Amino acid sequence: MLVRPKEGILDPQGSAVEQSLRQLGFSVGGARIGRVIDLEIDAGTAEEARSEAERMCERLLANPLIESYEIDVQDDDA
Amino acid sequence: MSEVRPRIAVLVFPGSNDDRDAAWALSALGAEPALVWHADDELPRVDGVVLPGGFSYGDYLRCGAIARFAPAMEAVAAFAASGGPVLGICNGFQILCEAGLLPGVLRPNEALSFVCKDVTVRVERVDTPFTSRCSEGQRLVIPVKHGEGCFHADEELLAELEAAGQVVFRYERGGNPNGSVGDVAGVVSADGNVLGLMPHPEHAVDPLLGSGDGGLVLASLVDAARERLYARA
Repeated sequence: MLVRPKEGILDPQGSAVEQSLRQLGFSVGGARIGRVIDLEIDAGTAEEARSEAERMCERLLANPLIESYEIDVQDDDA
Repeated sequence: MSEVRPRIAVLVFPGSNDDRDAAWALSALGAEPALVWHADDELPRVDGVVLPGGFSYGDYLRCGAIARFAPAMEAVAAFAASGGPVLGICNGFQILCEAGLLPGVLRPNEALSFVCKDVTVRVERVDTPFTSRCSEGQRLVIPVKHGEGCFHADEELLAELEAAGQVVFRYERGGNPNGSVGDVAGVVSADGNVLGLMPHPEHAVDPLLGSGDGGLVLASLVDAARERLYARA
């Protein structure tokens, strides 16, 4: 899961990092800092795993007032 | 003091660090504090609840995000639903927001640095269980100490809160320590019985230590708890 500040929400951490990168000579803009949560989920199908992950994001992992999330499911069934 | 001492619960989470100060202050102001461990699934018989400051669960994930699922929080929600006064201070405010008992959310300070200093807040409303001893527009000097106290509500929500008079404490213009929208320092629930604020009233109950203004907030809560006790008796 990738959780990050919603668009339009001030991200002071992102701004500070952007500032530092600029000082180093990189020409960048729009830095946003979020967090990655890796999880192992025991589920029958990738769809089941995704909907389980969605519920986790809604209940705990993201605060919908300020954060959006994306879910990337990788099948580890080998 | 011959008046009855109402019992007020002070929740203790792993990482709380102002629980004892809160208990001490409540006791000095005429209440009988009862420390309640986060894993307890019920509250003792109390007429008020304080969620103290600190760093519950190490502030992991988001401040207050994990504490809100503590068993004791269900009991706190039930107590609030019954009209009982609940005061969240700093981390307690963050927990109440995460739990949905208060609107909005607390974010990292705009300047990204931890602030620890006295601030002046204006009392916007005195008809709450937490401000009955204050006068409207009164300025209180109370310390803040937090890294994530920037109150956030989107424009629509902030307008709703303002219209409903739910902003109870506001930092003085130019004295906003964390970048919170509308200079909000403390908000109350729509029902008026749950309040969260970033400043620490429990650290300002004795003029010897800089200010006694926080005592007005906590003494208001003690009054409300006592009234509830009498109403119950």
